[in-house]
Amino acid sequence: MNCEEAGILLHALIDGELDAENARAVEGHIAGCPKCAATLRDMQAIRNAIRAGASQYAAPPDLRRNIEGKLPASAPVVASRRAALKGFALGATATALAASGLLLMVTRKDAERRVLDEIVSAHLRSLQGDRLADVVSSDQHTVKPWFNGRLAGSPPVMDLTAQGFTLLGARIDYVDAKPVAAIVYRRRVHIINLFCEPALSQGESSASMQSLHGFNVRSWREKGIHLWAVSDISPDELSEFGEKFAAALKQ
Amino acid sequence: MAGGIESSDGGKANRFKELALPHLDEVYTLARYLMRNRSDADDAVQECYLRAFRYFDTFQGGQIKPWLLAILRNVCHSAYSENARLLYGEDAGDEAPVDPMWREQDETPEQTAVRRSESETMRRLINRLPAEFREIIVLREINDLSYRDIALVIEVPIGTVMSRLARARGMLRDAWVAAERRSKRR
Repeated sequence: MNCEEAGILLHALIDGELDAENARAVEGHIAGCPKCAATLRDMQAIRNAIRAGASQYAAPPDLRRNIEGKLPASAPVVASRRAALKGFALGATATALAASGLLLMVTRKDAERRVLDEIVSAHLRSLQGDRLADVVSSDQHTVKPWFNGRLAGSPPVMDLTAQGFTLLGARIDYVDAKPVAAIVYRRRVHIINLFCEPALSQGESSASMQSLHGFNVRSWREKGIHLWAVSDISPDELSEFGEKFAAALKQ
Repeated sequence: MAGGIESSDGGKANRFKELALPHLDEVYTLARYLMRNRSDADDAVQECYLRAFRYFDTFQGGQIKPWLLAILRNVCHSAYSENARLLYGEDAGDEAPVDPMWREQDETPEQTAVRRSESETMRRLINRLPAEFREIIVLREINDLSYRDIALVIEVPIGTVMSRLARARGMLRDAWVAAERRSKRR
């Protein structure tokens, strides 16, 4: 790496935008180059000065009122919890960027991939000891109310016994440092974890199937809810589960 | 129909307000730096929110902040092309000081004065940057967008985001060092 490259990449380093390998490469250059080391210190200093000095402006109250006044009158507000649950759905963004053929080396580890990692890790954790379910019941009318007061929003709990997937229960799990509902099903001897989180936008998205460490993950969006089904059953069976669940949800 | 699709106008407006209004301060902040005066910033933000609501059906989910900021930027640019004075006019950094939103606890009046003058200095220096460098500094350091989101807002590849940000910080640092030197001489 030469100084010209390092001079640009060190910004990505202080912004936390480099993956581990590239961060090491830049740090390696800086360790042996006093000039770039000085630039790094300067740039960290100016970054701190900007952040300390140039704070956000507060929008004037009458501007807020004007905007609210010009939007159509709203129906009574139910609950605004979704604003607190942001940052999950980077899909469209990531795809747009991938299509524009950008510097591959520098992008932060894809948010989707991170979520996928965490989904599979949470699935694995749930299979250890007796962590599978905090509420054990095959009755959806027992499982669903259990979430009341434990999570913002009410996750969909569907009885799919007739369709060949037995409801075992549910628990709260954590994905991306946020609590999510985990609903547990069984197919023969295989466990399926279904993770649900309110999505930022309403509507639906088509399902995608990914595979990691021998587990399959089917993710999709339905009725404003993000869903991830993870299991060691085959992709075909997992798709079947997803479709049955979606069908039940639509009823 | 819990979590179902709301189709009425009221539902749409609710959803829009719930998602978009929490970002008003951030949108307003970018507008202040792009337009460099209060009343044009007000107009731009208002137009941005009305336009965003009009196109809300095309919002594909994900984070709404970059989407809003991209709309704001377009609004500011069209205002700019109508009236070139707005964005690139001679330094308009003569605004009345505005208190930042945060406030340190238990500050002495001296500390408040120092802080206020430092933040005024930084705002002035940022306002003197050419528009493309000014906006990238604000998007990164104040709006706190990732490179990926900045790339989407200003419609350039990530490589350009990186090189432009590097130049912008370099320019700002030179200006900051010069300003410090001047203030010490006083």
